[in-house]
Amino acid sequence: MSPKRIVLRFGTDISVKPIVYRLVKDYDLVVNIVKADVNPQKEGTMILEVTGDQSEDGLNYLRNLGVLVQNLTQEIVRNDEKCVMCGACTGVCPTGALYMERPSMEVRFDGDQCVFCQLCVKVCPMWAMEVRL
Amino acid sequence: MSVEKTYAEINTKIKAGKAIVVTAEELITLVEEKGLTKAAQEVDVVTTGTFAPMCSSGAFLSFGHTKPRMKMQKVWLNGVAAYTGIAAVDAYIGATEMHEDDPLNSNYPGEFRYGGGHVIADLVARKPVKLKALAYGTDCYPRRNLETTITLDDINEAILFNPRNAYQNYNCAVNLTDCTIYTYMGMIKPHMGNANYSTAGQLSPLLKDPHFKTIGVGTKIFLGGGIGYVAWNGTQHFPSMIDVEGKELGSAGGTLAVTGDLKQMNPRWLVGTSYLGYGATLSVGIGIPIPILNEEIARYAAKKDEELFAPVVDYGEAYPSFTPGNLGYVSYADLKSGKITVNGKEISTAPLSSMPRAREIAATLKGWIQKGEFQLTEPVKTLPSPADGFTAHSIKED
Repeated sequence: MSPKRIVLRFGTDISVKPIVYRLVKDYDLVVNIVKADVNPQKEGTMILEVTGDQSEDGLNYLRNLGVLVQNLTQEIVRNDEKCVMCGACTGVCPTGALYMERPSMEVRFDGDQCVFCQLCVKVCPMWAMEVRL
Repeated sequence: MSVEKTYAEINTKIKAGKAIVVTAEELITLVEEKGLTKAAQEVDVVTTGTFAPMCSSGAFLSFGHTKPRMKMQKVWLNGVAAYTGIAAVDAYIGATEMHEDDPLNSNYPGEFRYGGGHVIADLVARKPVKLKALAYGTDCYPRRNLETTITLDDINEAILFNPRNAYQNYNCAVNLTDCTIYTYMGMIKPHMGNANYSTAGQLSPLLKDPHFKTIGVGTKIFLGGGIGYVAWNGTQHFPSMIDVEGKELGSAGGTLAVTGDLKQMNPRWLVGTSYLGYGATLSVGIGIPIPILNEEIARYAAKKDEELFAPVVDYGEAYPSFTPGNLGYVSYADLKSGKITVNGKEISTAPLSSMPRAREIAATLKGWIQKGEFQLTEPVKTLPSPADGFTAHSIKED
């Protein structure tokens, strides 16, 4: 059985709950945490690979808690032809995946830090950040 | 010994391929190494550059006559209305005009995907553009409808004419309210969650000639990748020196009206631009050469990010309500470092003006001058300077 890749987004109330433990203990899932940004003071994001017969039940448990569960079938890419390296995206990127290199002031994109929030897709004035399926 | 040079002397050196040309950033380094006097003696021309969204941009297009003739009354280019109340087949396409079917901010914040700036960018990229025109018909101009496809090469004239570009300095935008706002300064998060600014700082043309000693009507410039000229002062040209408790913190308020033949420009330097929740515009690349006629001109051209400041303005409440004042000044050195402190809070900053592109423009212009392809022009008329004391008025309402 191939693992299911999912993105979880949740509020500060969930950050303090042991949701991954529950997925393993109650639903017998194999969970690999690909990326996690969890902080009791702010909105949390997690990217998981889950494997197991009860994966849908486990995800329903998360949904009932108020976690936004999305399948991860897409990635964010930068269209280098369109990007003018202004830097507007760096002010809204929540994880620092888009950042300014100093002193050159060139904009860099580290896809490994991206949590697919898609804010950059919306704010890029040149439409240079694209969602690839 | 003080240095005095003339435009003619500098142009003679340019023609001979012997002019010493440096970018504004290179001049800063040179002054640090050799001192101002020596640098002013050595350097003939300093090149500047800026690439950023510049509202108050547009192009005059003269399409050529139809058969039978038509006096166009309404014109659309790719669905974006152009103003044709000029003449039979002339129109002005403005950068911020939106596509007729754009939902604007009805689904807030709107995306503003295609506007006049995008039309200009498509034209200069030699893409086919749909032209639609309506007319009421006259005895001499009987035709009433036209729908065709044009390219930049098909039409007789295309003249970029931007009434206000190259803003000398600009606000650093923050938001003191409780809600995210969507502005022409980008998305600004509540409670001063981020700060956006939009100037090239030490490379920015008008910050390097604050008293308008060399930049005036007729100055030949890099515009949109080709050659352009300063046509006049820009609209809202109210230049001043920023003076805070007797300390000069750079300059602000100057603008330029610039013009040039769109057909020799390049799509790399004219880019259609959208701001979420605000609108569309055109990003324009401008580079201006500053002749080092004397030491004073060199001194201002060598101002660095540490000496140039931007006012911090609240775009949540103060800006929209037109409340004067600001939250203090921050240097471009701090803005470019990625962090500023306002009211005791550390805020991360992001630029809307591209430094890599600004550097590329300054370097390109430097190359043109070094090769003798680009000579300097002495202004035929100087522009109002801070000493003239012009100030803005708001609209008088009944």
